[in-house]
Amino acid sequence: MGQNDMNNTNKIDQYRRRLLGGSAAAVAGLALAPGLILNTVQAKPAADAVSSKNRWGLLIDTTKCADGCSDCVTACNTEHGLRKIDHGLSESKSEAITSQWIRNVTLKNKSTGHTVNMPVMCQHCENPPCVDVCPTGASFKRDDGIVLVDKHICIGCRYCMMACPYKARSFIHEALTDQLAVAPRGKGTVESCTLCVHKVDNGDGTTACAEACTHGAITFGDLNDKSSLISKKLEMSGGRQLRAELGLNTGVRYQGL
Amino acid sequence: MKNIRYTSIEGNSLKFLGLLGVFGFFILLGFLAFLKMEHEGHWITGMNNQVIWGMPHIFAIFLIVAASGALNVASIASVFNKSFYKPLAKLSAVLSLALLAGGLAVLLLDLGRPDRLIVAITYYNFKSIFAWNIILYTGFFGIVGIYLWTMLDWQVEKYKRIAGTAAFIWRLILTTGTGSIFGFLVARSAYDAAIMAPMFVIMSFSFGLAIYILVLLASYRWTGRELGDVVITRLKNLLGVFIAATLYFSLVYHLTNLYATEHHGIEAFVLMKGGIITNMYWLGQIILGTLIPLALIYCPRPAKSNTMAVVASVLVILGGLASLYVILIGGQSYPMTLVPGYEASSTFADGAITVYSPSIWEFMLGMGGVAIALVIVTLAMKIFRLLPDSLSDKIADPHKS
Repeated sequence: MGQNDMNNTNKIDQYRRRLLGGSAAAVAGLALAPGLILNTVQAKPAADAVSSKNRWGLLIDTTKCADGCSDCVTACNTEHGLRKIDHGLSESKSEAITSQWIRNVTLKNKSTGHTVNMPVMCQHCENPPCVDVCPTGASFKRDDGIVLVDKHICIGCRYCMMACPYKARSFIHEALTDQLAVAPRGKGTVESCTLCVHKVDNGDGTTACAEACTHGAITFGDLNDKSSLISKKLEMSGGRQLRAELGLNTGVRYQGL
Repeated sequence: MKNIRYTSIEGNSLKFLGLLGVFGFFILLGFLAFLKMEHEGHWITGMNNQVIWGMPHIFAIFLIVAASGALNVASIASVFNKSFYKPLAKLSAVLSLALLAGGLAVLLLDLGRPDRLIVAITYYNFKSIFAWNIILYTGFFGIVGIYLWTMLDWQVEKYKRIAGTAAFIWRLILTTGTGSIFGFLVARSAYDAAIMAPMFVIMSFSFGLAIYILVLLASYRWTGRELGDVVITRLKNLLGVFIAATLYFSLVYHLTNLYATEHHGIEAFVLMKGGIITNMYWLGQIILGTLIPLALIYCPRPAKSNTMAVVASVLVILGGLASLYVILIGGQSYPMTLVPGYEASSTFADGAITVYSPSIWEFMLGMGGVAIALVIVTLAMKIFRLLPDSLSDKIADPHKS
């Protein structure tokens, strides 16, 4: 075999390798693509910034909120690993230091005696006082309206708790173990309802409390999307903000008050 | 006022070392309380999710407010050029720095994450009055430090007036900032009032001067120096004006609230039905902290001037702590209204008045801050020439003799 023939054979081999390699990559790509595409349909890629196109919120229909039911509270506690820690304190003291991201409030009309039950959690204000007062910026509001605490820069001054008109925030009064990945929590920092931000970002389209409410009293959705169920319900029957006089434009609205 | 000789104290006596020992003991207790709270978490304190700020904040805010007030004596001398106060100015500046250091120590050591101090000074949210306060406190150390330098070093004495004026303006802004921590809180009916800022300024005049009088008297008595009636009478009368002004602001605050029906709940709570809060207001702030000191200062005196000044100053301090207890604990204990016209109840103390029982750890931390302030003043007297050898009537007021 001459020198030229040798070169030609090598070139042919290179072409073959390139062709095979390219084909293999194409096949692999085709095989993986559906999964990737499906994921982008379901969830916002982690690298993408949240957008102010959405304004996530909740609508609570107090007329459907059943007496004595605490399914939403239990679901929230389970979802985020919130539990009472026994320090041997009295029941009332123990309750006062235990985090409650969502709580059942009973309202009784002073003149008529009319009673209403409703869950109260962080109201995810458009103009949150907790964010205004936080010295380090640990309290912040995402573009999609969810108000959160950055656990890495919270110094535990609790000024946000002083400022919150809904008493929606809790301070972690003790060392914790076995925290859940979806709810990083730690001693000496402040926390509150995250509007199940992990579920929202995962594209679940609901929160633990809304999911758990078998009475249909809690609707989660996008307040900016006129075609969403929450917007339609609000358009049809209205919805009230707690302490609306403060002008905070809350993301949580109440019906039947 | 000529021929005044400033000297440092010798600071070798057993009494001096004993004094340092007492302060050191309280600092140690405060440090132990900090370690305990840091290790266990805040559940060991009386503070909880309803009463968020407790005894440490009462001590811290008292010391911080008093710090700016303690500078008044120096300001009267340098800014308003009253020569009578000039011999008293150096101690005034040192005391203000010491009180601020003590107050800030308590505030920082109570944080949920005191280890993140570096975060507090590197991350700023400029809409937060708290963040502004961090800048104001830091700036106070710098500006008053320079002011003190102009008083201690004759080479830079010519800048004393400028430095003193800057410090005076800064301290007014600082206390406005401290009062605004509450003034800017829209959520709670006891706060959210512009009057909080000037009220804190006038409270600072009163608390700061009361502490100044006590420190001055103690340092002259314990070092065997002469302190005449003229100085104490003048300071005591000034204290009387500040006490009356503080009472005026408290009256305006409550009268304004009483006029608005929406605030009747919190007013009834503080003034009539609040148990310990009501007692703290009437017995602590008004009777002990205001009326008795005013009577002691202005009524014809049955006792020696100095004794009366001591009693009046101690009562002003106790009354001041009581007034901060009313503002802080009273304002938090009273529930917020979620929906007007409805009574609320829940597992999270909605609609309920919270009872706050402070723990021993909180007192230890607070007293530790007081001790830090006092130990700084005591050591400063040994290091610097802060006080005149004598403040006898002849020296303090030559016209009198």
